[in-house]
Amino acid sequence: MISRIEILTNVFDSRAELRKKIKKIKSVTLIDVYTIDKKLFSTDLNKIGSAVINPITQKFFIRNNEKNQPYKINVFDWAIEIGFLPGVTDNISHTVKQIVEDLLKVKFIGSEDVYSSQITLISGNLNIVEIQQIADGLYNPLIQRVHIKSYKQYIKDHGMDFIVPRVKLIKKPTVSKVDLKVSDDELVKIGKSGIKNTDGSRRGPLALDIDYLKTIRNYFKSKNRSPNDIEIESLAQTWSEHCKHTIFANSIDEVKDGLFKHYIKRATKEIRKKKSNDFCVSVFNDNSGAIVFDKKYLITHKVETHNSPSALDPFGGAVTGIVGVNRDTLGFGLGAKPIANYFGFCLSDPRIEKKLYKGANLTQPMLSSYRIMNGVIDGVNAGGNQSGIPTPQGFLNFDERFRGKPLVFVGTIGLIPKKIKGKPSHVKKACPGDYVVMLGGRVGKDGIHGATFSSEAMDCGSPSTAVQIGDPITQKKLSDAIVKEARDMLLYNSITDNGAGGLSCSVSEMAKESGGVIVNLEKVPLKYPGLEPWEIWISESQERMTLAVPKEKWKKFKSLMDSREVEATIIGKFTDSGKCLVLYNGKIIMDIDMDFLHDGLPTKFLTTTYNPKKHDEPNISLEKNFGATLLKMLSRLNITSFSFISQQYDYVVQANSILPPLQGRGRVNADSSAIRPSLNSQKGLVMSQGLYPSYSDIDTYHMAASAIDTAIRNAVAAGADPEYLAILDNFCWCSANDSERLGSLKRSAQACYDYAVSYGTPFISGKDSMFNDFNGYDEKGKPINISIPPTLLISSIGVINDINKVVSLDLKKSGDLIYILGETKSELGGSEYYAMHNSIGNNVPKVDAKKNKKLYDLFFKAIQKNMIASSISVGRGGIAVALAKTAIGGKLGIQIDLKNIPGNVSRDDYILYSESQGRIIVSIDPKNKDKFEKNFKNVGFGLIGKVTETPAFEIIGLENKKIINLKVDELEKAYKSTFKDY
Amino acid sequence: MKKPKILIFSGYGLNSEVETKFAFDIAGGDAEIVHINDLISKKKKLSDYQIFAIPGGFAYGDDTGAGNGYANRLKNHLWKDIIQFINDGKLIIGICNGFQVLVNLGLLPALNLKYGERELGLMPNEIPRYTVRFVDLKTENKISPWLKDIKSLTIPVSNGEGKLYANKKTLKVMKEKNLIAFRYYKGEMCEYLNLPASPNGSIDDIAGVNDETGRILGLMPHPERAMFFTQLPNWPYLKEKILRKRPAFSPRNGIRRGEEKFPEFGPGLQIFKNGVDYTKRSSFLKKYTLK
Repeated sequence: MISRIEILTNVFDSRAELRKKIKKIKSVTLIDVYTIDKKLFSTDLNKIGSAVINPITQKFFIRNNEKNQPYKINVFDWAIEIGFLPGVTDNISHTVKQIVEDLLKVKFIGSEDVYSSQITLISGNLNIVEIQQIADGLYNPLIQRVHIKSYKQYIKDHGMDFIVPRVKLIKKPTVSKVDLKVSDDELVKIGKSGIKNTDGSRRGPLALDIDYLKTIRNYFKSKNRSPNDIEIESLAQTWSEHCKHTIFANSIDEVKDGLFKHYIKRATKEIRKKKSNDFCVSVFNDNSGAIVFDKKYLITHKVETHNSPSALDPFGGAVTGIVGVNRDTLGFGLGAKPIANYFGFCLSDPRIEKKLYKGANLTQPMLSSYRIMNGVIDGVNAGGNQSGIPTPQGFLNFDERFRGKPLVFVGTIGLIPKKIKGKPSHVKKACPGDYVVMLGGRVGKDGIHGATFSSEAMDCGSPSTAVQIGDPITQKKLSDAIVKEARDMLLYNSITDNGAGGLSCSVSEMAKESGGVIVNLEKVPLKYPGLEPWEIWISESQERMTLAVPKEKWKKFKSLMDSREVEATIIGKFTDSGKCLVLYNGKIIMDIDMDFLHDGLPTKFLTTTYNPKKHDEPNISLEKNFGATLLKMLSRLNITSFSFISQQYDYVVQANSILPPLQGRGRVNADSSAIRPSLNSQKGLVMSQGLYPSYSDIDTYHMAASAIDTAIRNAVAAGADPEYLAILDNFCWCSANDSERLGSLKRSAQACYDYAVSYGTPFISGKDSMFNDFNGYDEKGKPINISIPPTLLISSIGVINDINKVVSLDLKKSGDLIYILGETKSELGGSEYYAMHNSIGNNVPKVDAKKNKKLYDLFFKAIQKNMIASSISVGRGGIAVALAKTAIGGKLGIQIDLKNIPGNVSRDDYILYSESQGRIIVSIDPKNKDKFEKNFKNVGFGLIGKVTETPAFEIIGLENKKIINLKVDELEKAYKSTFKDY
Repeated sequence: MKKPKILIFSGYGLNSEVETKFAFDIAGGDAEIVHINDLISKKKKLSDYQIFAIPGGFAYGDDTGAGNGYANRLKNHLWKDIIQFINDGKLIIGICNGFQVLVNLGLLPALNLKYGERELGLMPNEIPRYTVRFVDLKTENKISPWLKDIKSLTIPVSNGEGKLYANKKTLKVMKEKNLIAFRYYKGEMCEYLNLPASPNGSIDDIAGVNDETGRILGLMPHPERAMFFTQLPNWPYLKEKILRKRPAFSPRNGIRRGEEKFPEFGPGLQIFKNGVDYTKRSSFLKKYTLK
């Protein structure tokens, strides 16, 4: 029996108002619909209706057979109903189901379920083509369905149709053998498009190349049998670039131990050896990296990317990304509590309409830049806000090469007691005999081949089942039950996240701790029946953790989880057999030696080339109107305010905010922020980041060096101790099979080593994503390849002793003196200024770590002595932009003389917009002048001007003429212009 | 004197229980976080507490209207205990999501002390998007013990559905009976941040509501998120103002006698203090012996 509860809001509805985007739409009414597929009496349906509305603002109507007259409703012209496709996570329906069960004390059994949808009623003189266009803007065909009716049709049909998007899988689950004794061509096909089904179709990418498949073939030959599909799928997950980071692990040119060991890990090892205060606790071997916070606590940090899914379903991709990286925190040690989220979106200009297609003949259109941007913003909003985790820090970066694949960086900082009941919290070990327990959500077809898919370029074969939608509330229940209760009772021996590769990766990873595992796959709770065993094993359905629970603690664990409505299921047992055994209804379907599973993949020898292009030096005529140029720079996508994002991401939850994302009276987006991880402590944590994709066009070595310097400098400018900083690396590269691309990768990794060691700043965690390419078709159907600019994100965290010492970026008082620390050189290669002139140039900023380190140490001293009133690190857009931001922040004026800026640049515009690294601009109370200058006497500084009460922004050029004379209001208007309607 | 016991609800996506407990504790209370299911299973008893708070959060993901899912669960299982709690003259506070729960439970405004009927709606903000910012609140309310000695308050809002709706009749009675606890107004912080008074288009700029006894308070803004000085967006500016009163930095870098220190606490703490103080009053004590 199918019933629809339709809910009409009968007072002003701001959600409906938002949809009146085009003039022709006269009015919009929204109807929320819950379709219930369960036998219920109409009294029960009425009870449910009353329970899911607020009668003050809403009315509900029940339609439980198709002959119901439609309820009385004002005349409209069109009705558009949007609901989910079968199997797509529907969080609202989940809540309604819970409400019904609790209210009526009934259970939904078998295929009984609830489905949510929404009707948009539109009045206006619109034809079907226009309505179709409006509908297209409201839904995503990969995850949603749409039904359109005219008013006439609606009346004739007595309303919208009764549709139940139930998942129907008719095939009986089977395990099939895979024949690898085939031609090389066929092996390549298997690797690229997947195992062949009986009907000739293929199951989707394994991303296993021919060498890997031959190794697998040999392994099974030695076992005298053919592999089962689940075995191949499982190996593909475990050996994927996404999980094994093969490009970073393999030998490359003369670097025999691979980029990761040779450059990243070695840097950390050497720094730790040298440092008097080695604050690193757990680096690179857990889901997050961890450093010491104070006597009681550790701080963890992890940054991930979720690029490929976000290209297809930006909302789902981003929400899954953020709740996924939250699980990297829950999965650190015995479980850390997420205390801050972090985001970074690399996007293409949302104002440019550029159609792209995955398929030939203009099929499989990609979403527009605008929708991708809005979707990823909404996704992190939903994931972060609903999880109750503050999001104080983030960034945007724009380049048209992010049109094919956006980069969606998501990070989470966590807090965990050093010891739990006397046991070090970062150590975990599943023991033989422990139960394998799956905790949280259920398994469906969502997210199959996610790990192998993201290890490939995106093209027409990219599977839509790779898309998942996160359910933050299910995860929140799980998270609370773990970090607020079960962890502190030591109810489990080990815990890890179910992310890429699902159970196949999490269980076999944890099995390394005990030495083997046996899994009974039929025990895994499913969202709906009919999944193939291999699908259950590798599905990336969200909100799940895998735990090792000792037998004697199971009862207590299970009853705690039951009381918190968190589903916990024993799906197997850890062993020391040296084998990963998977059974399905008693039959062994996977039997692979642990050694082979984890270390059997053949090593490769990568070779690189590196011949960076020389670019033309731009020929920029001498500036005539400096003021207008500055306003133009401030409105550029890479500089402009994105306060509309900061204002919708909760940064005040958990009450740990110290330095907010928007600072000063002018609410300027800051490059660093600070939190107070433990409310009982005066200690704080500063966080920031650096990235310069545009510098990669010139030299990835200096790109990486600048990213590291910026991540450190931004944090130091806000008050971080340069001796107590840790960094994370996130490499996002493209076509990484190409030797030239590998060459650029190697150079950047080398810079990571050189600069981390020079600054004494260890890497504690990192991640890479190597194939950010799009292979498809343009608006004319012509094949097109779009690769991102090689991007390295460096994220920094620093522990400080006294939160009162941090400094914000806004000017504080007229009469204060303005100084610049560090030297300005003619380094505009890859700069925003050159980009505005459509040039790249060659003089990319170069970093002098030794000099900068000295400056940063002195800076920290000055901050500790309360000498600095405001401080801003000079980054994208150079001095001019930094000064503008600090003035907008304080709503105060400045008078600046460029002649006093240390350096040897001879053009005013180059001084203003050079992006030389290692510079900080500060304002100070004049009474501190002597002390301040004494403090910095051994490093370059210049007294460049002062703060004025009249909010005028005045800059005097090298020829002693006033070259900029603007009102601070004008600057603010330009700075906030680009996204003012977002 | 023994500290009053305060129960902070948790579970199903509520998320501000830790800091709300912290605020009550520093205000002199003995707060305990209790999962709603532990009350339902009778592991804990509501009657053991003198105050209960429903903190901020995203219970049930705001699906079917913010606060509605959690209100349903309370109504289905703990309704009698809640009514007893009210009849015993004890205190209740709902902050943000907690306010939405109290409204959906019909505990606010509960005209003529008729608890259980919904009379208000908290709807999607005027711009239907999650909004985080500081606001200025003023109160002219004379009946709620939660608001004692408070005339204005600067604390943040952080919500998607904070726009209060009431029909004309309800609104009129609420005004007459002193049931409007807080209104948004353009005070110092709005000036500082150059933002309009109301963050969400709430009717009559209403930010908080109390019942006719004054003992039940619900408000959209978060007092616990302004319990420390360093949570205020303008604290770096205020810090500089204090530093300017001191002489140039001395090598000892300590604060000299008579010099102004940086404040430790923020304005939001007063609400929690008021709640705790009320339970220590003699009239309250007569009825309830604190354990």
